[in-house]
Amino acid sequence: MIRFRTIALASAIAAAATALAGASLAADEQPAAAPAPVNAAAAKQPTPATETSEEQPSPTRQSWSYSGLFGIFNQEQLQRGFKVYHDVCATCHALSIPFRTLSDPTGPGFSEAQVKALAATYTVTETEPNDKGEYVKRPGRPSDIIPGPYPNPEAAAAALGKAPPDMSTLVKARKYERGLPWFIFDALPFDQYQEVGADYVYAILNGYAKADDLNWNLYFPGHKIAMPKPLSDGQVEYTDGTPATVPQYSKDVVSFLYWAAEPTLVERKKSGLRVMVFLIVLSVLLYLTKTRVWSKAH
Amino acid sequence: MSGEATVDQSRRDFLFIATGAAGAVAVAATAWPLIDQMNPDASTLALASSEIDLSAVQEGQILTVKWRGKPVFVRHRTKKEIEEAAAAPLDELRDPQTDAQRVKKPEWLIVVGVCTHLGCIPLGHEGKYDGWFCPCHGSVYDTSGRIRQGPAPLNLEVPEYSFLSDTKVRVG
Amino acid sequence: MSGPSTYVPKSALGKWFESRLPIMGLVHSSFVAYPTPRNLNYMWTFGAILAFMLGAQIVTGVVLAMHYTPEATLAFDSVEHIMRDVNYGWLLRYLHSNGASMFFLAVYAHIFRGIYYGSYKAPREVLWILGVIIYLLMMATAFMGYVLPWGQMSFWGATVITNLFSAIPLVGKSVSTWLWGGYAVGDATLNRFFSLHYLLPFMIAGVVVLHIWALHVAGQNNPDGVDVKDVARDTVAFTPYATLKDMFGLSVFLIVYAWFVFYIPNFLGDADNYIKANPLQTPARIVPEWYLLPFYAILRAIPNKLIGVIALFSAIALLAFLPWLDTSPVRSAKYRPVFRVFFWVFLFVCIGLGWLGSQEITDAYVLSARILAICYFAFFLIVLPLLGLFETTKPLPPSIADAVLAKAKGEASRESAAPAEKSGVTGERAEGH
Repeated sequence: MIRFRTIALASAIAAAATALAGASLAADEQPAAAPAPVNAAAAKQPTPATETSEEQPSPTRQSWSYSGLFGIFNQEQLQRGFKVYHDVCATCHALSIPFRTLSDPTGPGFSEAQVKALAATYTVTETEPNDKGEYVKRPGRPSDIIPGPYPNPEAAAAALGKAPPDMSTLVKARKYERGLPWFIFDALPFDQYQEVGADYVYAILNGYAKADDLNWNLYFPGHKIAMPKPLSDGQVEYTDGTPATVPQYSKDVVSFLYWAAEPTLVERKKSGLRVMVFLIVLSVLLYLTKTRVWSKAH
Repeated sequence: MSGEATVDQSRRDFLFIATGAAGAVAVAATAWPLIDQMNPDASTLALASSEIDLSAVQEGQILTVKWRGKPVFVRHRTKKEIEEAAAAPLDELRDPQTDAQRVKKPEWLIVVGVCTHLGCIPLGHEGKYDGWFCPCHGSVYDTSGRIRQGPAPLNLEVPEYSFLSDTKVRVG
Repeated sequence: MSGPSTYVPKSALGKWFESRLPIMGLVHSSFVAYPTPRNLNYMWTFGAILAFMLGAQIVTGVVLAMHYTPEATLAFDSVEHIMRDVNYGWLLRYLHSNGASMFFLAVYAHIFRGIYYGSYKAPREVLWILGVIIYLLMMATAFMGYVLPWGQMSFWGATVITNLFSAIPLVGKSVSTWLWGGYAVGDATLNRFFSLHYLLPFMIAGVVVLHIWALHVAGQNNPDGVDVKDVARDTVAFTPYATLKDMFGLSVFLIVYAWFVFYIPNFLGDADNYIKANPLQTPARIVPEWYLLPFYAILRAIPNKLIGVIALFSAIALLAFLPWLDTSPVRSAKYRPVFRVFFWVFLFVCIGLGWLGSQEITDAYVLSARILAICYFAFFLIVLPLLGLFETTKPLPPSIADAVLAKAKGEASRESAAPAEKSGVTGERAEGH
């Protein structure tokens, strides 16, 4: 008797809910533009599923040296990646990190002399005026932030049409849809997929599939990307014998950019291991203490 | 029977001690980053040393440079100033130091421009010894930056510095 | 439950101080000798976990505020400065951002525990309402905190939520302008959000004190929902029993927390927040943090702006009326088989709404969100009032001690080794009290 009532009540609610919802949907004039309180937000919400008729594949997962519980950066790779940034990307993109971080031992690991020499090749404008009130230009020092190719985003947009994003956090600022079950697995141990942005940028760099249209990219949402194909085989000289191909350049520069976005990664994972082991030990000790004390309660 | 209870008790005590110790370690490990974050950060430490170009500083001139957020006086001393500094008798000095102890090259005196009394910035080429004079409470320093009169207890601080060349010095 | 303290200080100094400010006695009666039902399960450890998380957020927040700059052109870079230059800055930042998520994870476990076991029922109505107030303050604090890094999602999330207030008839636009301190979200907004974000957690702490006080007047609820009848048989002293259980629960919770902080620190955040705020460019999808998603879904499901806002706020406000909406005299879902079914359905409705809140607005989305939103409101307004009248509940145990013994006997009889001996021992111990 009760079961019947329960089912009846539940079904009645579900049916009413569906009917109401369906009726309200039919009554809407523009269901796609429904409740966005800000008009700007509603107007700019792209719906890639309906907009593009062509396929929008997801980037494939790459293997990175810094992924997983014990990931670390590969110093040679980061140094090559820096070279790619310096020779190719720096023409348009800023990388607003201090020069001195390039000698980070868990990162690119350039020597202090190399960093000093590199910084001196740049011209930096002082942030404070001198005695005469002028903002003096001088050679860069390791403590300076790497100057970008343009003084500000407006100048870059004026020169290039659209301002290229600063690369210091770029790889953390990119993602692609993982879909329902997958994004849950991404959080679990032994997977911990944190390199979504890296795979996306790698895919973009290797996604210029049309030789006659340098602004068409397979992986960019909507396929029309403002950045024309930046990399070609043999463009940057590698002195250590690594193959000078676009996939290799992409791997190296994306790894370098991942370090630039997350320089404390190695320290984080190392201390993470210690903390996790310690907490597991502490939990075991606390559990034993708890059961020991509670056994006297009855 | 009592032997069993003792064994049980010591096993229990060990567990409590182990757990307590682990808890103490956790508290200490948590406290350290909270304390260390107030220490100077990497960008401040990067500005710990400055390179100063000496070529524009003429004889008799004092160049004031900002170093670690404080002024540093770089004084290109004249012969007269060097002689007067070297000739000062030690028993007259509140903080006895010979001039030779305070310079690496006698024509270059590099001192932190903060009065050792209460921190004001002394004025150069002022005071009885033509060294510095602090307007706040009247401390008088000589051409070696040593305190001669007034309430300041110590000589002007000589920072760590080294000559990278004849015209370049690295302070800090 | 919490009568005058029985604490007597041992030292002369202790006696002198205690007679002037009896704080030791207060601590003793509230957290040492305080009688706690002996049948509490681990869902009861979330209270202590929440107190810990509030402390953790305040501590990490105060040290972060030593390095953060609340100005529109400098805020984003100051956060990057914390991540890169400040000693352990990366750790403090990730502890604080993931700490907020863990805080909400714990509060949802705590709330759903309360719903399942009927902890909101008489005489704990005020305790429950104080909890709703804490929840509201938490949401306001978290919302403002998310604005501070001044990323794209910070800025546009702030724009969307503050625009809600413009839905209020007559005064809406003035209220929005007043909130912004300008014509749109900007530097003025950022500065005041920083000030309020620093303030609100201390208000939360104050309400938490009231919450614990109200709790101690009525005493804890328990999984069986029956009142304490005999303090000696039904309860144990808070310290060391509940204290240790809470510490163990906290330790396990910290493992999950540490997993996020050290291995997947950006998982719960949005990548767009690593782009500096640009008032002239909206991100492809504006999404709040996960713990606000169910309410965001309800908001977006309704086509009318004003009614959407009303639905959003009433979805939260409805919680405060729970003690009166639920008409059943039985507290715990353990003895309410029908309510239990609807509870799990309600939980899945909330999770479903949460997921929908993160998705694109398509026809399928809107239909599902509306169905689930109606189910959400139906749970409070239809199911709970009716269930109390029609449900046949299971018989309650006569006391907490009996419930515990019944459980122990049940476990013992399932074990193969010497079941008779076990129950004999249990029986002996029970009689010893």
